[in-house]
Amino acid sequence: MSKFAKKKDGEVPAVSTASLPDIVFMLLFFFMTVTVMKDSSVKVANELPQANEIKKLEKKDRVITIYVGAPTKEYTKTFGTEPKIQLNDKFANPNEVGDYILMERAKKSQELQNVLTTSLKVDKNANMGLISDIKLELRKVNALKVNYTTYEGDAFKN
Amino acid sequence: MARRAGAPEVSAGSMADIAFLLLIFFLVTTTIETDAGLDRMLPPIEPPETDVVIKQKNIFQVNLNKDGQLLADGELVNLNQLREKATAFLDNGGAVSGSPDYCNYCKGKRDASSSDSPAKAIISVKSDRETKYGTYITVQNELVGAYNDLRNREAQRLYKRNFTDMEAEYLNPETDASVKEDLKKRVKRIQELFPQKLSEAETSSSSN
Repeated sequence: MSKFAKKKDGEVPAVSTASLPDIVFMLLFFFMTVTVMKDSSVKVANELPQANEIKKLEKKDRVITIYVGAPTKEYTKTFGTEPKIQLNDKFANPNEVGDYILMERAKKSQELQNVLTTSLKVDKNANMGLISDIKLELRKVNALKVNYTTYEGDAFKN
Repeated sequence: MARRAGAPEVSAGSMADIAFLLLIFFLVTTTIETDAGLDRMLPPIEPPETDVVIKQKNIFQVNLNKDGQLLADGELVNLNQLREKATAFLDNGGAVSGSPDYCNYCKGKRDASSSDSPAKAIISVKSDRETKYGTYITVQNELVGAYNDLRNREAQRLYKRNFTDMEAEYLNPETDASVKEDLKKRVKRIQELFPQKLSEAETSSSSN
């Protein structure tokens, strides 16, 4: 009986899983740091159109977002299927846009108030009438810089 | 009973499970923000003090009806022809050489009945209240594309670089201040060669 006879043939040694937590933690930290928590849930259908001549919206603290689109399923009963404007967490009429912009602008710090951009996240099936109402309201409160937020892609697929 | 002396070791076997749970939570809640789009300046609401008279030939009228059909400068065109037409209009440079508006970098046809120079050329977009937003964005995209094509051409000629790249680098907050200063001049210069003059008329209602 030799010393090495104990080893049985064909048995694969178990892989150590001791480093698995480390790997998982690494991934976890990655996702934790890149996650941006949404401050409001979108209550409207919001499939943005596609465009390819786009510019990035740098600096999120200088952006005010307005959503437009048809209300999602759970809201169609109360609000119908026509495209609506969503400001923060509630549906609104075009004439409330101006007040909303002024309110949001007042929340920002003094030096940012003049460089704000309004990001219009509009569903591609909405119609232009509502958009031009919003634009008129924006002009009334002198929020002239707008960004038609889009996905990057082929513009002819819209 | 010597083993009692040290604290018992806690099993770390379930650590991976806990970490996985958290990982999956963050994976699910992560949304990659879409934060790119077409930048546009709206006209101020107060009308300008002095009425500016613009010659008809310097305006490129784009009309978009509720069915998504496009009328560019009085002609019914397809969406994919718009960029070409807009580029031809902007790059026309119809002013005769020697006049103050003469455009020496234009490579267009120099048609006297089209725009005088890029600085004078205005593109006006008019849409119907019932036009689909997606179509409107396509039109806007093509018009911005026409400007970008021409600006890229000039930037290649002057600086051997694309205008869009320079602008993106200039707007990127991570770019060095010294590089930015340099880029700012170049971007400004190109923008002056082809100033973006896109006017947005009020939408009309199809009923009248």
